[in-house]
Amino acid sequence: MEISFDLTIAWALVLAFAVYVYVVLDGFDLGIGILYPFFPEKEDRDLMMNTVAPVWDGNETWLILGGGGLFAAFPLAYAIIMPAVYPLIIAMLLGLVFRGVAFEFRWRADGGFSTWFWDGAFIGGSTVAALTQGMILGTLLQGIEVDGRAYGGGWLDWLTPFTVLCGVAVVCGYALMGACWLNWKIEGRLQHRIRVLARTFGFATVGFIGAVSLATPFLEQAYFERWYSFPQMLEVAPVPIVVVGLVLWLAKELFDERNDWMPFAITLALFLLCFIGLGVSMWPYVIPPEITLWEAASPFSSQLFMFVGAIILMPIILAYTGYAYWVFRGKMKPGEGYH
Amino acid sequence: MDLTFGQEALILARIQFGFTVAFHFLFPAFSIGLASYLAVLNGMFLWTKDEAYLRLFKYWLKIFAISFAMGVVSGIVMSYQFGTNWSVFSDRAGPVIGPLMAYEVLTAFFLEAGFLGIMLFGRERVGPGLHMTACLMVAIGTAISATWILSVNSWMQTPQGFELSDNGQYLPADWWAIIFSPSFLPRLFHTLTAAYLTTAFIVGGVGAWHLLKNRSRNPGVRTMFSMAMWMAALVAPLQIFFGHEQGLNTYEHQPTKVLAMEGHFETYEDGIPLILFGIPDQEAGEMRYALSIPKIGGPILGKGWNASLDGLDTIPNELEPPVAIVFWTFRVMVGIGLLMLGVGLWSLWSRWRGELYHDVWLHRACLLMGPSGLVAVIAGWMTTEVGRQPYVIYGEMMTADAVSPLGAQAVAASLVAFVLIYFAVFGAGFLYLLKLMSDPPALGQRGPEEESGPIRTAGITPGNVEFPDSSRQPAE
Ligand code: HDD
Ligand code: HEM
Ligand code: HEM
Repeated sequence: MEISFDLTIAWALVLAFAVYVYVVLDGFDLGIGILYPFFPEKEDRDLMMNTVAPVWDGNETWLILGGGGLFAAFPLAYAIIMPAVYPLIIAMLLGLVFRGVAFEFRWRADGGFSTWFWDGAFIGGSTVAALTQGMILGTLLQGIEVDGRAYGGGWLDWLTPFTVLCGVAVVCGYALMGACWLNWKIEGRLQHRIRVLARTFGFATVGFIGAVSLATPFLEQAYFERWYSFPQMLEVAPVPIVVVGLVLWLAKELFDERNDWMPFAITLALFLLCFIGLGVSMWPYVIPPEITLWEAASPFSSQLFMFVGAIILMPIILAYTGYAYWVFRGKMKPGEGYH
Repeated sequence: MDLTFGQEALILARIQFGFTVAFHFLFPAFSIGLASYLAVLNGMFLWTKDEAYLRLFKYWLKIFAISFAMGVVSGIVMSYQFGTNWSVFSDRAGPVIGPLMAYEVLTAFFLEAGFLGIMLFGRERVGPGLHMTACLMVAIGTAISATWILSVNSWMQTPQGFELSDNGQYLPADWWAIIFSPSFLPRLFHTLTAAYLTTAFIVGGVGAWHLLKNRSRNPGVRTMFSMAMWMAALVAPLQIFFGHEQGLNTYEHQPTKVLAMEGHFETYEDGIPLILFGIPDQEAGEMRYALSIPKIGGPILGKGWNASLDGLDTIPNELEPPVAIVFWTFRVMVGIGLLMLGVGLWSLWSRWRGELYHDVWLHRACLLMGPSGLVAVIAGWMTTEVGRQPYVIYGEMMTADAVSPLGAQAVAASLVAFVLIYFAVFGAGFLYLLKLMSDPPALGQRGPEEESGPIRTAGITPGNVEFPDSSRQPAE
């Protein structure tokens, strides 16, 4: 039988899906850490952390799938990107170490210095992880120097105003997601404070999305042509138009205060749109402007071997992950925790 | 500031990989065993309705949650280490080992992570049946994870089933041969039993500590000590058997490694001695102050009493691993294995005489042996990994050719960060674990419902405000 679709594209889609799921799941999870400084009370912090305690590990597993999938399906890209953003990756990993253990250590701390320290670890770790993820994205967009089959640049090439802008944008976006998640899971006075924060971060995020979108086309001629040359423009125009629509809707929901889950859902859609926008810019490169998806792809037999498993296993994973969320559904009440 | 201490990027990258993976493996070694132990405890509780098991379950669950969290975060570091420090290796071997690691994520990590939340906090929400399923899923997930990653490691030790492409990549030719490379099954058995033994000795050490504190009337303490001693007595001999099989397998596929493990610099024509101890001198190519038993090395390697053996002197110097490290770490592991067997037999003897809970010297020995499994697994991995040097894919690709094109400064800076942060963070984690272990399991006389008040929680685990008085057992 002739295989009528291109496995490399299929893998690009699977990976994009994994990264998107990671961004939204760990996004609100990291966002809670970023929001911690606004809630100095221990009870509030306990409650906020308890909304994600049963699921944070699963959320981070998508990051492992993203990295592992890139390694398996596009090994050349993995081998070039990792050294190119080496200090960022190390900082991200160490950030995740700090915030991951904080989930456990906070409850073992005795209230004095150690509580202060692990709260700080949760805040710092979450913020660093978000910042570095944004900067890695920015580095990818601005282009990576390639020499043969290896990274050809210096070890600080990633540090530019554009990548810093992307980093701060992601911190802000994750904080928005965290606030929308908490708005859904928490009630009472605390929810009110969270919603006020959500509005602030909502405005900031929209500003950053605008800034990054405006800056990106000027990084590469190819991006510019894709977004601003005439007939093409019509094809990609729906992306910014829908974004504007979503932003207005989000604002309305955050001020109307009707459905607690709605702002969260709209944020997910907003991030999806940003994601599609990124895809439009980068296509068909995995490392713009040097290496295309096909150049980086692993051989057909590797991709096929994994694809069979991924197609069977991903729905099962989504099903039991969904079940785990369902088990812990509903509002968290102060003083109530899981047993 | 020069952080490199004059070292090259290669050696720094090796130290970094060895350091982070050794730290990582401490947690899997404990959580693979503990996950199964928890599933057994929960099953025993559901089956016998004896709430001593439930209290033990809750006691070890808190410890498990901490150890597991540390395993997760140190593991995420590992999955990115291939790309950051060994990018050439990643590019060339990615088509073969990448899919295996992707399968690990899909079949194991998601399973563990998905059911961990329910295992830790879901008992009241999902009911006993589903909660038991969650415990089983987590335990099975840890074993599946070990299976895939060991398949990867075994392929690097004994590669087969691939072909080389023009651009230098290893391309898969036969997946079955890749997954089941010759050293895979022996390594899997040896490593899994190692994890069970590691856990058994930690549990036994904690039990022994409380017995020494005169808490032998606490049923939880007795049960955990007894269960751990059964494990030790049954699994230690099995472990030695698998270890021996592993050694024979290695002798067949990586003979140089075995020469280093055994310290055979010389070639023997007529009977192979077994060198017990000595000081390897690799420069001079000899074993100083060797203490050896003549002839019995042959039968141990599955040969005759008068067999011959080509020693390290027949191997070019640049293809020899660092002998002293391999020689010593191997002795540490085997020595601990024999001590574990001794403790297992001793416990059988004490049990038979009805003295298991009163044999103070046995308890002291167990306390001392508590962390021995962790030492043995790290020693075992060092034997395995250092012994295959200078190759990263044995016989195929040199470690020196695998390293990323990074400056020594970058690697050195990250290495320093890893060392400082790992010791601080995981050091604190070990202290929290020790603190939890130093409290005895709750005593609770009547029913689970009557345990003083609701457990006010607390993230993954109940907070430290837990039944303070019922857990204190007055000294006898
Ligand atoms: C023999 C078993 C074994 C070995 C040799 C390794 N691991 Fe491991 N790993 C486990 C057994 C395990 C485990 C028991 O399954 C863990 C411990 C805690 C956990 O979450 O799963 C784990 C966790 C774990 C995680 C986090 C999973 C999660 O979020 O749930 C990652 C990414 C890795 N490992 C990756 C690696 C890599 C890249 C290794 C080699 C260099 C490695 N592990 C060696
Ligand atoms: C968790 C168990 C493991 C431990 C404790 C461990 C330990 C070590 C140690 C101590 C070294 C350093 C050796 C030296 O510098 O001479 C090393 C090297 C290495 N190991 Fe492992 N290893 C483990 C699993 C693995 C696995 C599963 C893989 C492959 C997937 C792997 C791949 C490597 C590589 C690529 C090196 C290269 C660096 C070098 O050879 O120095 N290791 N390992
Ligand atoms: C007398 C007892 C033992 C013998 C004869 C033995 C034998 C071996 C051998 C020959 C290897 C090297 C495999 C290779 O060359 O690749 C090995 C590795 C290893 N050993 Fe042991 N061992 C013993 C006891 C133990 C104990 C008690 C533990 C831990 C509790 C342990 C844990 C390990 C681990 C984790 C490895 C590395 C993984 C592997 O390659 O299988 N061993 N052992």
